[in-house]
Amino acid sequence: MNPVNYLYLAALLFTIGAIGVLIRRNAIIVFMCIELMLNACNLTFVAFSRMHGNLDGQIIAFFTMVVAAAEVVVGLAIIVSLFRTRHSASVDDASLMKL
Amino acid sequence: MNTENLIALLVAAPLLGAAVLLCGGRALDRVGHLLGTLLAAVSFVIAVVLFSDLVGKSPHDRTLTQHLFSWVPVEGFQADVSFQLDQLSMTFVLLITGVGTLIHMYSIGYMEHDERRRRFFGYLNLFLAAMLLLVLADNYLLLYVGWEGVGLASYLLIGFWQHKPSAATAAKKAFLVNRVGDMGLSIAIMIMFSTFGTFAFKPVFDSVGDTSQGKLTAIGLTLLLAACGKSAQVPLQSWLGDAMEGPTPVSALIHAATMVTAGVYLIVRSGVIFNGAPDAQLATAVVGAVTLMFGAIVGCAKDDIKKALAGSTMSQIGYMVLAAGLGPVGYVFAIMHLVTHGFFKAGLFLGAGSVMHGMNDEVDMRRYGALRKYMPITFATFTLAYLAIIGFPGLSGFFSKDKIIEAAFAKGGTEGWILGITAVVGAAVTAFYMTRIMLMTFFGEKRWVPDEQGNEPHPHEAPSSMTIPMLVLAVGSVFAGGIFSLGDRFLKWLEPVTGHTEGHSPISTGAITGATVACMLIGMGVAWVMYGRRDVPALAPRGSLLTRAARRDLLQDDFNHVVLVRGGEHLTRSLVYVDHTLVDGVVNGTAASVGGLSGRLRKLQNGYVRSYAVSMFGGAAVIIAATLLMRAV
Amino acid sequence: MTLAAYSTSTGEAFQFWVLGTVAVLGALGTILMRRAVHSALCLAGTMIVLAVFYLANGAYFLGIVQIIVYTGAIMMLFLFVVMLVGVTAADSLKETIKGQRWLAALCGVGFGVLLLAGIANASLKQFDGLSDANAQGNVQGLAALIFTKYVFAFEITGALLITAAVGAMVLTHRERTERPRTQRELSEQRVREGKHVPPLPAPGVYARHNAVDVAGLLPDGTPSELTVNKTLRARGQIRDVSSKALNDLKALEQRSAERLDRPEEASK
Repeated sequence: MNPVNYLYLAALLFTIGAIGVLIRRNAIIVFMCIELMLNACNLTFVAFSRMHGNLDGQIIAFFTMVVAAAEVVVGLAIIVSLFRTRHSASVDDASLMKL
Repeated sequence: MNTENLIALLVAAPLLGAAVLLCGGRALDRVGHLLGTLLAAVSFVIAVVLFSDLVGKSPHDRTLTQHLFSWVPVEGFQADVSFQLDQLSMTFVLLITGVGTLIHMYSIGYMEHDERRRRFFGYLNLFLAAMLLLVLADNYLLLYVGWEGVGLASYLLIGFWQHKPSAATAAKKAFLVNRVGDMGLSIAIMIMFSTFGTFAFKPVFDSVGDTSQGKLTAIGLTLLLAACGKSAQVPLQSWLGDAMEGPTPVSALIHAATMVTAGVYLIVRSGVIFNGAPDAQLATAVVGAVTLMFGAIVGCAKDDIKKALAGSTMSQIGYMVLAAGLGPVGYVFAIMHLVTHGFFKAGLFLGAGSVMHGMNDEVDMRRYGALRKYMPITFATFTLAYLAIIGFPGLSGFFSKDKIIEAAFAKGGTEGWILGITAVVGAAVTAFYMTRIMLMTFFGEKRWVPDEQGNEPHPHEAPSSMTIPMLVLAVGSVFAGGIFSLGDRFLKWLEPVTGHTEGHSPISTGAITGATVACMLIGMGVAWVMYGRRDVPALAPRGSLLTRAARRDLLQDDFNHVVLVRGGEHLTRSLVYVDHTLVDGVVNGTAASVGGLSGRLRKLQNGYVRSYAVSMFGGAAVIIAATLLMRAV
Repeated sequence: MTLAAYSTSTGEAFQFWVLGTVAVLGALGTILMRRAVHSALCLAGTMIVLAVFYLANGAYFLGIVQIIVYTGAIMMLFLFVVMLVGVTAADSLKETIKGQRWLAALCGVGFGVLLLAGIANASLKQFDGLSDANAQGNVQGLAALIFTKYVFAFEITGALLITAAVGAMVLTHRERTERPRTQRELSEQRVREGKHVPPLPAPGVYARHNAVDVAGLLPDGTPSELTVNKTLRARGQIRDVSSKALNDLKALEQRSAERLDRPEEASK
């Protein structure tokens, strides 16, 4: 098997995650889809790391994980406070920023 | 003590008077007129001291300069407040301060019953200061300051009786028409600065030789425009007649003797530039000739004594401008006629003022008549000034006007003949209208009518404060020309500044003089036939087409109204139309299309974060597509 | 080693095809499940599969971290929030924004096709493998890089994590604007108002089983909302068993009547 297949898999997962962001209304699930996209990118980095024979790709994936962790913490806090004020976790309900 | 340091005092004395009188308030009401007259006299005394100093020097060493301070000291732009007193300036300074002092004295009597007399003297002093600044400046920028200053003073004095709507309108008109001329001067200064890099007289005149004739012509024509505005020459002549709404001393000082001659001064001062630009010179001569006839014809038709004299002023300045347009042949004679005219025209105006003073401020000559018995001094001085202006042999006007006519013929060619004959015919017309004024005012039957309040006029001689200046001016009118001409004194005095070349007219001097005197006598005779032998009707007859046109100032206001006002209105209206349809159309169309587009784009901004995510995602897809495409290409 | 020559072991290929299918199914499950908790579980599955792939690609450290941090910590955080928001709440999958689904599908398919085409188009000639880089051990290799080449980035991520923690606290912290009322004050207020002087009735009363989400029934058989917790009431998670309980009761009575042979009562 050709290791490029990992890249195809990552592209597929990324696209699925993106479509999830677009079609789901529940903020938590939207957030999960974003995580899925991040993970797909990580897989790409790891696969590239193997192709190039150095560890820099893995380092980037590692940093991505750190950033993702920070992002999840803040994002979930936002969702919780959103839910607290609106009694809903739907992203469509927060649609006041329009003309 | 250095006499140079006195120059600034010439300007400072009346300026101080203006400041004190205008800022001083009612406390000075009782002494204001005396203070103003005193400061004018101080200025005159200083002028005499400087004159005696100049006379004591050798002819080519008679230029005094005084640097007061640097006004705008910028690299490449040096504007200084510094004065230059040479023979030309000296002549003007003596005329301005001399006639000015006399008219100050006259005004003490004339304005006796005016409660705003102090303010009047403040304005007169302001005028003196500005006029002296104008003739003493050693650069065009400072000259421009004086130029605007006399314009301001003229505006204030024409509109001095601003409770009369006609006076207020006349002041506004004078100001606006002068503005056109001022624009010419400012453009001339700008061209000078861009061409020579300076606007001081000496460096500008020194570098004229290296400059193209086109540029000199441009400067000359813009200077001519300025002169036309200030000196009431065609086509900017329309304000002078209305300016007679001002008090009579103002008409005598500003609108006869001094300010209106500033244009002539400007042209003669810039003689070097005009010498290098024959086209501008010819234009000047033509303007002078046209105005000469124009003013004379207007003067023939007017029944208002001051307006008739205003037409005469216009005509006489036309003579000066004509002479100035002839180049070095005529410069000296332009200034000579200017000085003699200053005497006799001021005398005539003061005489007219004296008549009005005695006749309850009546100005219509058809309501005068037979005044010679009631005001003998006025009659005598007026007669002397009258003989001077028509060029009666032996009096001032004869010498100066005759020289101008000779110079005009000396121009040579067809132009010379046309200009010369115009000048001679002008002399005849001058004799006609002046004789008409004399006959209607002092001879014939009494045609007096009561004024609006029903007061019968009781003509009487004016007080001595008014008659003395008239007497002095009459003396000047009689003798000035002769003194100037004897041994070519005036010519030798001015020649170092203006330069002079002897003109050679195609016909002999004697023939010209004879023709001029003959024309003058014909003019007098016609006037006597028309106004002396018959009774003057109390109401003006309808008259010929020309007379009616001349009564309306040869339709100058109608012309201005039709061409400038209506034309301006139409231009404005068409511009408004273009603005409304084209400009506004483009602007509103842009706004409407932007608005419409925004209204549609607004729908994209629906507030749903997922819709925004679609656009981001779509954008990312487009970027990838573009990247791949670039790689493929 | 050129790309053509490089190939993975059969074992890895088998693992890829099997687990890859699982990962895609998990991803699809994440976006298609109606309940958030199911989506989270699907995502956790996908992440574990990815962890295995990391391991297979020689990223041993990342594989373990993926399991510990992602599936362990982050997904648990998600589950916490899901519980907070309401575990039983199911989303409607009906689209409310006009044309959103079509646009999403169009963009998604276009994007995916372009991405796959891009990868297929890329000149991936070189394939080195990690045997050299991992010679000292994967963790040691990563450590050497993190603490030398990427040390500043690493320090900055530390700052980022602290900021994130503080941010989360600020966001979720609710400032009290007044002193909380004591029990004594609450009881005094109850007495003053004169309503419900005794404590609120307990749920699950007169029901077949005791549960907090089952409202207690009033004597006439209708449920009383007062008996249910405020939060559950707000979420609408009350199970109404009144009719069921009454039917059950009726059935019970009927059965006992039949047994006692009292038909007149049963028919009644």
